[in-house]
Amino acid sequence: MGEEATLPITVEFSGGLELLFSKQKTHKVQIPASDPSGKPANVGFLVGWLCDNLMVDKRKDMFVMDGTVRNGILVLINDADWELEGEDEYVLEKGDNILFVSTLHGG
Amino acid sequence: MSSSISSSRPTQVTRLCARCTVARALILRPKTHERLCKSCFLAVFEEEIHSTITATSLFRRGDRVAIGASGGKDSTVLASVLKTLNERYDYGVTFVLLSIDEGIKGYRDDSLETVKRNAVQYEMELCIVSYAELYGWSMDQVVAQIGKKGNCTYCGVFRRQALDRGAEKLGITHVVTGHNADDIAETVLMNLLRGDLPRLHRCTSIVTESSSSPIARSKPLKYAYEKEIVLYAHHKQLDYFTTECIYSPEAFRGSARSLIKSLERVRPSAILDIVRSGEAFAGMVPESIQRSGYGSSADISGETDSGGGCGNGGGGRASGGEMLDMENELIATAKTKRLETKITLPTKQKNKGKQQTPKKVRDQKMSNCKKCGYLTSSDLCQACALLGGLNKNRPIRPIEVEVADS
Repeated sequence: MGEEATLPITVEFSGGLELLFSKQKTHKVQIPASDPSGKPANVGFLVGWLCDNLMVDKRKDMFVMDGTVRNGILVLINDADWELEGEDEYVLEKGDNILFVSTLHGG
Repeated sequence: MSSSISSSRPTQVTRLCARCTVARALILRPKTHERLCKSCFLAVFEEEIHSTITATSLFRRGDRVAIGASGGKDSTVLASVLKTLNERYDYGVTFVLLSIDEGIKGYRDDSLETVKRNAVQYEMELCIVSYAELYGWSMDQVVAQIGKKGNCTYCGVFRRQALDRGAEKLGITHVVTGHNADDIAETVLMNLLRGDLPRLHRCTSIVTESSSSPIARSKPLKYAYEKEIVLYAHHKQLDYFTTECIYSPEAFRGSARSLIKSLERVRPSAILDIVRSGEAFAGMVPESIQRSGYGSSADISGETDSGGGCGNGGGGRASGGEMLDMENELIATAKTKRLETKITLPTKQKNKGKQQTPKKVRDQKMSNCKKCGYLTSSDLCQACALLGGLNKNRPIRPIEVEVADS
């Protein structure tokens, strides 16, 4: 594991999601540069990785559902709507900023 | 992927803003599928609210209007946009922030701090009315007494009246709230699923003027997607508060809400389409049905009707069944009360409508609550009816014990 290349990225949570991640909004993380099958790490892989490695809260379904980010959570890749970037398929790059914002809280 | 990709990928033409064609597109609009850059998005979002306001002649020059402010995203965006538009288009309206302090420690006290900051940021007067001062009960105390089940009903009834009383205190007759298109779509669906035509008729209108309240409510964000509200707040770096109400954790899973969000994913225009459908249905509801239900269950969840009685937006929504149970219970209680007071009622007019079965169309006969003077169709307004139950079971207060002892 230690030998594997990692990718430094910034992950942010807001709109209430930070409560699931140690109440901390910004996380600088080193994620594996490729997924177990050897493909470059994409956002889909990141989401699973966050669940396994960064999420302290047991309620995974507040973040993921049916294998992807729960409906009602916006994902911004370097401030752009992830729908413009290929959603799950977006291949992560060094220094990327991935923001998850819940629209489900507060009014 | 042979050559190394630079971290700043070249901006392709398709990535450019559809409006200005210069800047990089950051937002995909759910309504229109348009790709917009940040500044065009902010401008378009504001323009749409402006056209909603002008198309419905929502404000008049010289008006004083209260913004129901919870510190959450919707009301914060509403306050920010209204300030911007008021200045840009010279509406000549004075906006005041009106907040309700339900008395929920760890939830409302924090969000009220946000509202206080907003008042400074937007240079608006702020008025806070609390349940404790109005009713003698904070929600923390209510929950301590009755438990978590059904407490949203109390909160909803109390809030509706509290907003009215707050507005009255400010000498204001118009309160705007942050209900968005998602909220309204959700309410349309819920009313459809319940077969509730009177509410279906009311829930989409931008201004709701009820004879049970002298204060008009309106929803300038009724066509604004929740997604865009959140993005607007994000890109404008607005200061808002997010935490779910601690007393309604299950509200998060509201099924109507989930359905809306799932529909949005596969068909982003669905939300606006549902709102439009709701408006179309409203036009088809026969007049005789439109007015029915007032003075009964409609009063209780009047707030929920218009898209969520809870300041937290998500609260109270999931508990449709629970709300309904409570409503039925309350109606039953109200009926019993009617029977009890039937003989003492002096005029025939007062009896009229009250003895009709719920299935028949009710004519509203509004009078003042015998306890607090609030407009109601029963002897007691809903808040006083609920308070009656609470006070009956309230343990004797220490201060009273003291008096008794001495």
